[in-house]
Amino acid sequence: MTPQLVIFLVLAAIAIAGAVNVILQRHPIHSAISLISVMIALAGLFLLLESEFIAVVQIIVYAGAIMVLFVFVIMLLNAGAEERTNMSRMARYAGVPLAIFLLIELAYQIGAAALSMTPQPLAEDVTRRLSMLLFQDFVFPFELTSILILIAILGALVLAQRGESVPAKGGPKTIT
Amino acid sequence: MPISYYLALSAVLFGLGVIGFVFKRNIITIFMSIELMLNAVNLAFIAFGLALGQLQGQVFVFFVIVVAAAEAAVGLAIVIVIARNRQSLNVERINLLKL
Repeated sequence: MTPQLVIFLVLAAIAIAGAVNVILQRHPIHSAISLISVMIALAGLFLLLESEFIAVVQIIVYAGAIMVLFVFVIMLLNAGAEERTNMSRMARYAGVPLAIFLLIELAYQIGAAALSMTPQPLAEDVTRRLSMLLFQDFVFPFELTSILILIAILGALVLAQRGESVPAKGGPKTIT
Repeated sequence: MPISYYLALSAVLFGLGVIGFVFKRNIITIFMSIELMLNAVNLAFIAFGLALGQLQGQVFVFFVIVVAAAEAAVGLAIVIVIARNRQSLNVERINLLKL
């Protein structure tokens, strides 16, 4: 076993365990913390795949900005644990096995289809070439994303500000 | 180390995201499952980029992250409006369009 394989297995185990925990936890804040661990493990995998820039962006934007936004909204809404409803019999006996079958089949087929692929060596200065690509070949989409973000900011503001604030009665309330 | 390991991991994470999307009832957790699926696709992009020896995959991942940030901002604003209007985050209670 090469050291890279060991690192890959450890990070993959963390990522899969975190992803399973996102589904199993009933409180959204626990799911959010698990998702952060998945994202950090994925950043490690990006480092293993020789893409340092994307690994750092993953940490800053995903684990930093987006997940903080999620945790912020969960705290703001005081979201409680998910209501436990009886899973229908169909979901329990057909859905869960089918879901596990989907996972195994997807992983096996995609893994088997790409078995002959081996990593090609990238050039030395990946980040410099990435920036050249981003600001030369992809400069138009890059500028378009700024308009997209502007529209997203305006949309979020318009959506979130609507309605006059109602004073809360009788202390904080848990929304489930 | 073969690329197929990364692709298999990406497929597993994507499948877990699909399962969370279908099984969970809390709208915030469903939203987190979507982020999980986006992350899995990012891993596949970078793995294929390395398999082909090209950097375009990383550029795509960059754009996916930007779009995901915009999507999270708008989506969470929608979640706040829903929680304010319906007093619930359970998707089974958000059924105004249901016959």
